[in-house]
Order: sequence, then structure tokens, then C-alpha cells
Amino acid sequence: MDETVELKTNDKVRQLSKIEEIPASDLLERCLELKREGLRFSQACAAYYEDKFHLTYTFSNYETLEALSLRVVISPEEEIHSITEFIPAALFYENEMKEIFGVKIKLITNDLDNKLYRINVEAPLGVPQEEKKEEENNG
Amino acid sequence: MGKRSVIPFGPQHPVLPEPIHLDLVVEDERVIEAIPSIGFIHRGLEGLVKKKDYNTMTYIVERTCGICSFQHGMGYCETIEHIMDVEVPDRAKLLRTIWAELNRMHSHLLWLGLLADAFGFENLFYQCWRIREKVLDLHELTAGARLIFSVNTIGGVKRDIDEDKQRTILETLSEVEKELKVIEKTFFYDYTVESRLKGVGILSKEKVHELGCVGPFARASGLAVDLRKLEYAGYSKIDFEPITSNDCDSYARCYVRLKELYQSIDIIRQAIAKLPADKTLSTPVKGNPNGEFIMRVEQPRGEAFYYAKANGTPYLDRIRVRTPTFANIAGLCEMLKNTELADVGLLVLTIDPCISCTER
Repeated sequence: MDETVELKTNDKVRQLSKIEEIPASDLLERCLELKREGLRFSQACAAYYEDKFHLTYTFSNYETLEALSLRVVISPEEEIHSITEFIPAALFYENEMKEIFGVKIKLITNDLDNKLYRINVEAPLGVPQEEKKEEENNG
Repeated sequence: MGKRSVIPFGPQHPVLPEPIHLDLVVEDERVIEAIPSIGFIHRGLEGLVKKKDYNTMTYIVERTCGICSFQHGMGYCETIEHIMDVEVPDRAKLLRTIWAELNRMHSHLLWLGLLADAFGFENLFYQCWRIREKVLDLHELTAGARLIFSVNTIGGVKRDIDEDKQRTILETLSEVEKELKVIEKTFFYDYTVESRLKGVGILSKEKVHELGCVGPFARASGLAVDLRKLEYAGYSKIDFEPITSNDCDSYARCYVRLKELYQSIDIIRQAIAKLPADKTLSTPVKGNPNGEFIMRVEQPRGEAFYYAKANGTPYLDRIRVRTPTFANIAGLCEMLKNTELADVGLLVLTIDPCISCTER
């Protein structure tokens, strides 16, 4: 075949996966709402690009298989509240975000103090070292 | 109240194929709390997105795990295909389904063998692994490799399964089905197996829901969650229902995985019967992905989660792989509470832990 064929990929997969962007201040409240609606916590992860942390908290309905991801965008200096008090399943995910990305998360119910993965490099996927040094030099 | 002490379990332990460490807080012989720590084999695979282009990442993601390697590759490719809005040919979708189910069979047989070994039934262990060899032979026949296939590519698959090979698959699966019926009797009706598994490691449906557990571990507690119902790959053309049990114990986990072996055989038969005559295996892809997508796939151990963020260059901003074992660790710690110390090894095994996957 010589030409690229462009068709729509599986619609069901696409329709059942949604991302909702919310401010950091609404995170706890929105997570609680979803929990009350009967959704279960699926995962949380971080990504660092465009000089910001993009945090994704996914909840899913096990019957309909719908997945709703809450997206919170924060600056590297900003601190975010842990959701582990209400959603115990988030414990390892938040510890991972803290250790691998250096996301500042306060009040994790069982803070493993960066010992989940036992790696020697501080926040290897977080703010690149050059950017950190630049920020420190700029005061 | 008895005397409390902390007993380290792992990272090296006879029942553990891979390293995980648990600090077990025990009161006499009863576990009060289990505190896990991982990180002994963290490889930083997700960090390689900065150095490897999105096509090469297919090979990297496949190497997340040696057992469910194919499904990792498929999950990643489907994520990028969604970002690029590329439709995979029907034949490739069904071929992915066949390989995914062969992968599931080999994983479940491996686990059943390890379980039998953990409770000291060596003959059963050898029988399970002997049957598994036949599935591995099918991997080799169809993909040219026994564990890491590398047949996935963005837009489809690289290899076809011709009619001769389809016939061999069907014949081998009939043999495997007969042999499964023999070992099934031992797993379901043997007194020693029952005494080690029944009523041990109970985790309620409510807890499984609350702690976000996935896969056969969750289905054995009555939670009918099976991501194959999302109809990715060729599953939209397959008729099946999730296998569940309401017993919530280790025996139920064994039951669900054994029954899923028969289900996989049935799915492969359906997929082969529905393979279209059009032998197109992939859709050519041009350019670089731009955007983000979250994809979920049902691996042998449960829901795996793939998140990719692309920026229009060959290098992705982020690839995230959340493996099923990672989701099941919280459930494991809960399940270990109030159990006998002697059962810990067996219970760790009942979540089918894959630590290489978990640590990536």
C-alpha cells in the first residue's frame, strides 16, 4: 500500500475515556464526588512538560467501563493536597509522583519518604537539573 | 494482646519469582500489618521517551515484562494509533486478539504451576508447565519467538498467521483443553489443594472496589470488571462474558484463572473463524503523533493503563504504563491483615505478582 489510510479508530474506546481539566483547589472535592457516585479509583500519574506538572487522576465505572480522568496543572513550586485520606488506593500512586517527579504533595497518609523505588537520583522525570540550577541562580 | 514483632519477607524468598519486600508486623503468628517496598529492579523504562522515538518505544514497552510482553506492545501501539487516528485492518485486530489470548494462557499456566509449587504439589507444578510449553511452541510457530514477539507495529502487526498455522493452533488447543480437564480435577477436588486455598486470604467485593484492584484478583471477589469488553483489538467481534466468583478467597482466584484458560481457547477459536480474507496487516503511518490518549487493556493480571503525550516530534513528552500488579498491591496488603504468617507466601502469589512490570 502506498498511501496512508485515515479512518476513525475504535469509537467505543475513545468515547469511554474522557479528560476533565480542573483547578488544583477543586481536586479533593471532585474526587469525593466521583467516589460518592460509585466510581472507583484507577490510577494517578504525573507528566512534566511546558514547564508545568500535569497530574492525572483516573476514576472508572466497572460496569460501564467509562473512565474519567481529572487533570490538574500546577507549577513545580506549587504544593498539592493528597487524596489518600479519602481514597486509600491512591497511596502508592502519590508516593510515585513524589519520588519520580518531585511533585510536592502534602499529607499523604503513609508518606514513604522517597523510598518506594529506592533510586539514588532525585526526581529523575521531574524538572530537568539544568532548569533547577537556573532557577536557583536566579534566586 | 500477644507480643508484636516485625518480620521481613523478601525480596529473596522461595515462593517469589521476583523481588518484593514486605515488613510484616506480627502478633504471635498472626499478621497485623504488611508494609510493602519495591524498587529492587526499577529500570526507568518510562524515562527512555526522551531518547527513543515513538516507533522504537514499541520495543522498549514490550520489554516491560517477559510474560505479558505482547499485550504491553499492543497497549502502547493502540495508544499511539488513537492519537494519530489510524484504523488498524480487521485481520490485524483479530491477530492481536489471538496473540493476546495465547499470552494470557501462558501467563495463567505459569501462575498455576507456581501456585502448585508454593503449596508443595510438585507433580501438579510440572504438569502445568508441561502444558504451558505447548502454548510457548505456538508462540514460536506464529511469532518466531517464545516470549517477546515484537510483532506489533503502529498501525497493525508485522506477521500473518497462515491457514496451516491456524490449523496447528486449533489442533494444539484441543490437546491443551483435554489436558486442562485432567489438572482441573486436581485443582478443584483435591483435599490438600482445598485445605491450602479455601477460605484463605479473603478480600470482600467492597474492599476490592475501594482499593482499585483489577483482573482475576478482583473478579474472584465478584467484581465483573474485564477491559476486553472495551472492544479494543478484535474483541468487538468476540462473544464472551467475564468469569467471576463470589467466594473472595484464594481458591476463587485459582478457579477464575483456570476457567479463563478455557475462555481464551474459545476466544482464539472464534477469532480464527472470523479472520477476514483480506490479508492487509497494517496501515502505513506517516508523520509524528500530536496529542494525548489514555488506553486500557486487559492483561493476564488485569487492567493495564497506558498514557501517552505526544508533541508532534518523534519523541513523546511522556509515556506512562500502570501495570495490574501496581494496582493490586494495596489489595494484597489489606488481604494479609489477620492471616497466619505461614500463609503469607501463598497469598502474595495469589495476586499473580509481576514486579518487573510494576517497577518498569
